Amino acid sequence: MSVVGEKLQPTIFELSRPGRGGGKIPHPAPGALDRVPASARRATPAALPELAESEVVRHFVNLSALNYSVDAGFYPLGSCTMKYNPKLNEWAARLPGFAGLHPLAPAAAAQGTLQMLWELEAMLAEVSGMAAVTLQPAAGAQGELTGILMVRAYHRSRGDLERTEVLVPDSSHGTNPATASMAGFKTVTIPSAPDGGVDVEAFRAALGPRTAAIMITNPSTLGLFEARVGELLQATHAAGALAYMDGANLNAILGRFRPGEAGFDVMHFNVHKTFSTPHGGGGPGAGPVGVREVLVPFLPSPRVVREADGSFRLERDGERPTSIGRVRSFFGSTGVLVRAYAYLRAHGTALREVSDDAVLAANYMKARLAGTYHVPFERACKHEFVASASEIKHRTGVRTLDIAKRLIDKGYHPPTIYFPLTVEEGMLIEPTETESLETIDRFVDALIEIAREAETDPEIVTSAPHDAPVRRLDEATAARQPNLRWRGMTGAERPCGN
Amino acid sequence: MVPADLRFTKEHEWVRVEGDEAVVGITEFAAHQLGDVVFVELPAVGRTLAQHATFGVVESVKAVSDLFAPVSGDVVAANDALGGQPELVNSDPYGEGWMLRVKLADAAQVDGLLDAAAYEQLTAEA
Amino acid sequence: MPYGPHGADDRARMLETIGVDSVDRLFDDIPEALRAGPLRLDPPEPELELSARLTGLAARNRTDLASFLGAGAYRHWTPAAVDQMLIRGEWYTAYTPYQPEISQGTLQSIYEYQSLLAELTAMDVVSASHYDGGAATAEAALMTCRATGRGRILVSRGVHPHYRQTLQTYADGAGLLVDDVPLSAEGTTDLAALEAMLADGTPVAGVLAANPNLLGLLEDLPRVGGLAHRAGALFVHVIEPVSLAVLATPGETGADIACGEGQPLGIPLQYGGPYLGIVACKEPLVRQIPGRLVGLTRDVDGKRAFVMTMRAREQDIRRERAASNICTNQALLALAAAIYLAAIGPHGLRDVAALGAQRASELELALAAAGAPRLHAGPYLNEFAVRVPSARAVHARLLDRGVLAGIPLADLVPDDPSLADGLLVCATEVTTPAEIAAFADALRAELAGGVA
Repeated sequence: MSVVGEKLQPTIFELSRPGRGGGKIPHPAPGALDRVPASARRATPAALPELAESEVVRHFVNLSALNYSVDAGFYPLGSCTMKYNPKLNEWAARLPGFAGLHPLAPAAAAQGTLQMLWELEAMLAEVSGMAAVTLQPAAGAQGELTGILMVRAYHRSRGDLERTEVLVPDSSHGTNPATASMAGFKTVTIPSAPDGGVDVEAFRAALGPRTAAIMITNPSTLGLFEARVGELLQATHAAGALAYMDGANLNAILGRFRPGEAGFDVMHFNVHKTFSTPHGGGGPGAGPVGVREVLVPFLPSPRVVREADGSFRLERDGERPTSIGRVRSFFGSTGVLVRAYAYLRAHGTALREVSDDAVLAANYMKARLAGTYHVPFERACKHEFVASASEIKHRTGVRTLDIAKRLIDKGYHPPTIYFPLTVEEGMLIEPTETESLETIDRFVDALIEIAREAETDPEIVTSAPHDAPVRRLDEATAARQPNLRWRGMTGAERPCGN
Repeated sequence: MVPADLRFTKEHEWVRVEGDEAVVGITEFAAHQLGDVVFVELPAVGRTLAQHATFGVVESVKAVSDLFAPVSGDVVAANDALGGQPELVNSDPYGEGWMLRVKLADAAQVDGLLDAAAYEQLTAEA
Repeated sequence: MPYGPHGADDRARMLETIGVDSVDRLFDDIPEALRAGPLRLDPPEPELELSARLTGLAARNRTDLASFLGAGAYRHWTPAAVDQMLIRGEWYTAYTPYQPEISQGTLQSIYEYQSLLAELTAMDVVSASHYDGGAATAEAALMTCRATGRGRILVSRGVHPHYRQTLQTYADGAGLLVDDVPLSAEGTTDLAALEAMLADGTPVAGVLAANPNLLGLLEDLPRVGGLAHRAGALFVHVIEPVSLAVLATPGETGADIACGEGQPLGIPLQYGGPYLGIVACKEPLVRQIPGRLVGLTRDVDGKRAFVMTMRAREQDIRRERAASNICTNQALLALAAAIYLAAIGPHGLRDVAALGAQRASELELALAAAGAPRLHAGPYLNEFAVRVPSARAVHARLLDRGVLAGIPLADLVPDDPSLADGLLVCATEVTTPAEIAAFADALRAELAGGVA
C-alpha cells in the first residue's frame, strides 16, 4: 500500500534524441551574435538533452510519482513541521502582480508588495514579541547567521571585543554551531540535563565575559518547553551576553509564549515550518529574524520604510550605517513571504489554535505509543516528542532505522530518526495540527504493529522497505566513488542551429 | 582481538613502533563504531605532528571524527591507498588500513600509551 | 481554524486519552510570568475575502510597464509546462530526501539539475543549490580561502554590488579580507590594478570576476584567471546562466569555481526571490564545495538509484566544523531550472540568448538615435549602459510614460561617480520592437524637453 509510484525513470539525458523539441522561442535573425567576438564565445555547444514537450512532461510527472509528499500522506518528520500547505497560498504567489515584479522596480511600481511586506513584518513582530523584524534571510540557517552577526555588531558597538564564544546545548540543530563558526565565534557545547532540558547550572558555569550569546531552541529539539528559560535568560543578560532563540519549533507556542517579551534578544522564524510555505523537496524557505530594541540598528539592509504620506520604499544603500549589511541580493524571498502572509491573514487571532491542536495531537500520539515504545520524557510534550526503540532493539535487534523503513511499507513517511543524538534509537515524531484523528490513529496502529513484527518476524522489518520504488541503497559506494553528474552526453557532437 | 604488539590512545588510534618510526592507524573498534569509512584526510609528508593534536579527519556515511596524533614527530609517509580505497580502514585496520608513518620525536611518548590489555578494557567499558 | 480537521469531539477524545481536562494543562510548563497575552492580530479572514485582499495588493504593483530592467534579475519567457510541472504537490510538499527509497523523484531531479548545470558551465561538480547569486558568490569566495589556506579575496567591481555586499557580510563574520578590484575607463576589470594587488604582499585566496559584468560588458576572463593562477590564487567566474548558451564557459575561461544567479532559468522575478544560487567547481575542489550533493548509486537489488552523498561535510554531522551552515536550500528552484532547460532545449536556450542580443542591438540603435549613446565601447551581450544627463530624473519621468527605463547607475553603484550619468538597460527575448520604440520615443521627448 505504498503511496509512491513504482516506475523508475531513465535520466533526462537518456531520453534525448537529436532534433526533438523546439517551438518555444522565435528564431533570431542570422547574425544576431555577430557583434560578439569569437574569442568571447563558447567553443563547444552545451550538450543539453533534446526532448519533445510531451516527453518532458511525462518524465517529470513520472519522477514526481516517486516522491512521498504531504499532499499524498502523513509526513510526521519531527523538527520540520510538515503541515498542510494551503492551495490559496500557491495561487496568491502566482498572481502576476506579485510574480512578475522586478526586484529593482522603483518603489512607485511596487507599493502592493511593499505594503504586504510591511504588514508581514508587523504580524511577525506581534507573534514573537519582538520590536522589529527583517524579512531578508533566505532560510532559517541564514537567519541564524544574520542574528549572530547582529550580536557581534552589538558587542563591537559597545567596544566589547572580548566576547568570542557562543554557547549551545548538545541537543541543538547542527546549524547553530555551524552558524557560530561562520560568524567567527567559538562554539562551547553544553550537555543537556537528565530531564532533557537545558542544564541551567552548566550554562551558568560557562557564561562569562567571553560569552557573546547563547543559542537555545525552545521548545527544545526534544519537543520540551524549557521550563527554566526565565532563569537562563537572566543569567545570560547578567553576564552581558545576548540570547538567541532558534524558532524552528515555534509551531508549538503561538499565542502562548512570545520570545521577545520573555527576554530573548533575537530569533529566527522558519516560515516553511510554522507558516505553511511549502518545503519544496528541500527548499526554498525564508528565515525572517525578529530582534529586540537593542539590535534594531544592526538589522540587515534594506528594510522596508514607511514614509510620512503612508507610501512605502526600501532603504537606500548606506542609509543606515550601523547595519550589518546585506546577507543576500535584492530584498529577500518575497514569493515565499507572500505565502506566509496569506497564512497569517487566514489565521490571525486563531494562530493560538494552531499550536493548541499541534500540541494536543503530539501528546495524544505520545500517550497512545507509551505502552509499546519507550518514551524517555514523561512530562507533557509540545508539538513533537521523542519515542525510542532502544528496548525493542535490545530484545530483538530491530533498530529505529528498520522501523522507519518498515513505516514506508505501511504507507507513511518515517519520523526524523537519530536526532537529537542525545536519545538512543530515538525517533522524533511531529504530527502537526492539520492531520485528522483517523490518520493519526492509523499511523499509531502501524507503529504498534511494527513493534509486534519486530518480535514475531524481525526479518520483515530489518529488510524493509519492500514496497517502495527502490530498496535500501549503497550509500558507502556513493560517497567513496561519487558520481555527481551524468557523463553520457559529454563530448558528444551536438550541432546547434544558426 | 587487539594485536598485542601495538600501543593505543583513548581516542582509538594505534601505534606500531618500527625502528625510530611509528606507524599510526585507527583501531578495529573505532572503524566499526564509525561504520563504512568513505573518506580519510591525512596530513602531507613533512608536516610536524604534536602529540594529542588533531592530524586529520575520518568520515563515514553519517559520522565524522577527528584523528589525534598519538605521538609527536614528522610525517614521513601517508597511506595514499586510502584516497581511492578508504574502506581499507574497515577491512584491515591494523594492516593495509594504516594511515601515517611518523619519525618519532620522543620515543618515550610511546611508553605513555595504553597497552593492548588496557585498551581492551577501555573498549569493553564503552 | 481554517485548515485544521479537528472538531470538539476529536479534541475531547484526545484529551481523555492523554488524561487532562483541557488543552491549557499541556502548557502548564510555561512559567506563568512568561505566558503570552492575547495576540493583537485581525480575526481569521475567510478565503473569499483574503483572495480579494491579495488580488488588490498584487494589483497595486505595476507590472504592465515596458521594462528594460535587468541588473541581475531578468524577464524571460518560461514555457507553460514548467510551472504546470512545478505546482504538483508531489514536488512542493515533500522535504529534504532523507528517506531515499521514497524520494527518488526529488533525488533524481537534483542529480539531473547538477548534470544539466555541469554541461552548461563545463564544470565537474555542481551543488544541489544555494539561496541566490549573492550567497552563492559569498560561499564560492569562502571556498577559495578553505582550499588555499589564505584569507584575502579580490573581487572585481564588475561583480553585482549586491553580491559584493553579501560577500563583505560573510567575510566580516569569517574574519577574511575583501578588496575591490576597480574597473577601467572601458568599464571592465582593470587588469593592471589586479596584477598590482596580487603582488602587493598579502597572499590572495581567490579572484572573482563576472561575465557579462555588472555593466553588461564582456570581460577577458582568461586573462583574469591567468593572473590569479600565477599568484597561486583560485579563479571564480561569476556567471549568468542563459548567456552560457553562447559565451565562454567557466570550464573554458580556466575557472576553478563558478557561481551565479539561476533565476533566468525559468524562475519568476517575484521581487527578489526565491531564486537559485549556483555553485560549481572542478573535481579537485569537490570536498570544499558547500551544500548538498546528490550521487548515483544502486540499491541492494542492483537497481539504479540516487542518494544524498558526501553528507559528512554538512552541518548536521560536522556541526561547528562544517564548511557552511546551509540546510534548507532551493531544491524547488533547482527543479524549475531543470524543467526549464529540458523544455527549452539546447537550441531554444541559444535562441533565447541570441534573440536577446538582437533586441539589445535594436535597443542600442534606437536609444542612440534618441540621444542616449552607450557609455562604453566594448562588446556586450544583451545589457549595456547609456549616457543620459540627469539619469535619475529622466528615469522617474519615463516611469510616468509607462517605461521602466532600466536602472540609474547612481542607484545601483552610488559609490562610483563616473557612472552617475548612466542608465543600465537590457533586452531579452521578451522585449518587443514596439516596447523599444516606445522607450526611444519617450526618451526623445524627455531629452527634448530638457531637465525640468
